[in-house]
Amino acid sequence: MTEACLTFKDLTLGYNSHPAVHHLNGSVGAGSLTAVVGANGSGKSTLMKGIVGVLKPMAGTCTVAPGKRVAYLPQQSELDRSFPARVVDLVSLGLWPKRGLLGRYTREDRETVREALMAVGLEGFEGRPIDTLSGGQLQRALFARVLVQDADLILLDEPFNAVDAKTIGDLIALIKRWHGENRTVMVVAHDLELVRAHFPSTLLLARRPVAWGETIQTLRPENLLRARHFDEAWHDDAPWCEPVHGHAHAPGHEHAHAHAHDGHHPHEHGEIHDRPDHESGPRAA
Amino acid sequence: MYDLLIAPFVEFGFMQRALAGSLLLALGSCPVGVFLMLRRMSLTGDAMAHAILPGAAAGFLLYGLQIVPMTIGGLIAGVIVALGAGAVSRFTVQREDASMAAFYLISLALGVLIVSLRGSSVDLMHVLFGTVLALNDNALTLIALISGTTLLTLAIFWRALVAECLDPLFLRSVSRFGTPVHFVFLGLVVLNLVGGFQALGTLLSVGLMMLPAAAARFWTARVEPMIALAFGFGAVSCIAGLLISYHASLPSGPAIILSAGTIYLASILFGTRGVFNTKLRRHRHRTA
Repeated sequence: MTEACLTFKDLTLGYNSHPAVHHLNGSVGAGSLTAVVGANGSGKSTLMKGIVGVLKPMAGTCTVAPGKRVAYLPQQSELDRSFPARVVDLVSLGLWPKRGLLGRYTREDRETVREALMAVGLEGFEGRPIDTLSGGQLQRALFARVLVQDADLILLDEPFNAVDAKTIGDLIALIKRWHGENRTVMVVAHDLELVRAHFPSTLLLARRPVAWGETIQTLRPENLLRARHFDEAWHDDAPWCEPVHGHAHAPGHEHAHAHAHDGHHPHEHGEIHDRPDHESGPRAA
Repeated sequence: MYDLLIAPFVEFGFMQRALAGSLLLALGSCPVGVFLMLRRMSLTGDAMAHAILPGAAAGFLLYGLQIVPMTIGGLIAGVIVALGAGAVSRFTVQREDASMAAFYLISLALGVLIVSLRGSSVDLMHVLFGTVLALNDNALTLIALISGTTLLTLAIFWRALVAECLDPLFLRSVSRFGTPVHFVFLGLVVLNLVGGFQALGTLLSVGLMMLPAAAARFWTARVEPMIALAFGFGAVSCIAGLLISYHASLPSGPAIILSAGTIYLASILFGTRGVFNTKLRRHRHRTA
């Protein structure tokens, strides 16, 4: 087993005491390329926010291995496109982890930015105001910023939304390049064909993890069916989720069980690792 | 020509002080105004100007018309309102416009109440509309310190401030500067308004902050030139306002702000990104 880049221990993330990611256990190996799939409201974006640390866990922990730098491309960017900035200014933000608040941008840094723009097919766009970019061009520019960030763990939240086929192809090529450079990449995606074609491993979420492992195994019809049938609503009268089971499992032991509180709203807790030697997806109890 | 433009500043000490004070003020508050505008907080300056009133009034109540206690009082009140409104918007569901409005209204009511405890409406007018023609050494030093501090702080936090405006979520994902830089910036807003209230009064100091910035937006699509231009407009407004005030015996504060307002109106029409250029050019386009 490769070393873990990212470890979830009983991670629960959510809003207003309602869980959006419920009791997630497992680890993401360094250098792995994982697709995160699931229905709307299944907790994919929430998980990304939890990993970056923008959202604090309600329970459990989410640990990025020490020394690993994280780059995050959110689904709903808070980018202010009316701000008077050029493409080069936007992409240069990616130098922050390297230069911080006061470090001067060197000639080498400017070269890095230029190369990143070239890699995403935006050469010659340096001086363009960002409010003149098309949706696809902006997405390319944001990928260039991720390139400049030179991170070990790269999180992309629905990067292929509203992007044309050619751009998707180019972005996939970049993702594969990162994978080849032994960076850890997690991508939230909806297109299962695309996931099957390009992503070795997949995490299937339905608030709880439904399956996690090799893509072909994870995206089997029965798993997809189970992922579809989750209760998307929040219930204000849902019972509190108490840690009734203080059990410790051997690491890597695949385990999933369901328990019901007060006889209604049953929910399942899953524990899965993305180790390739698992024979199957999790079993629902 | 000399009599019209130069002589008033050469012959009269109070005009020199007024010029120095208002130019120094523009140096600090115009860049702050540009960022306020770009962060869509243009009205925040106005709210903060009201918010510093109870502090200034408390200083006035205790020590009379003295710049140091009034300034310190204004600073305290401004910082409390800025921190309170900022914290409510950062850590609760309420947005900054609502929390700012709530806090400044409370503060303003308190201020009017305090002023009414002593003195007449003439005193209130003085606090509100300032006396750029009666700047003493203390006031000049204070304004110089404030604009120095402002420029230094902006230079240090420049990158974080731009990142926080451009893509706040990105900044939060790579550093912890997001929230601190917002409060540092609100601090600068308060500082410059407090610096301005002696010269122009709490109400009109917002004008010197916002009008040149708003005008500069019509001329350039980059932050650095926008700031330089805003200061240029601010400086011209100060000079023109003081001259108009001198020759026509008009109050200096409103004269300065109306000069800035004229520049703003002209920029809407004639700026490179103004009405005439963008609307008239529309019927022609390039092939690519």
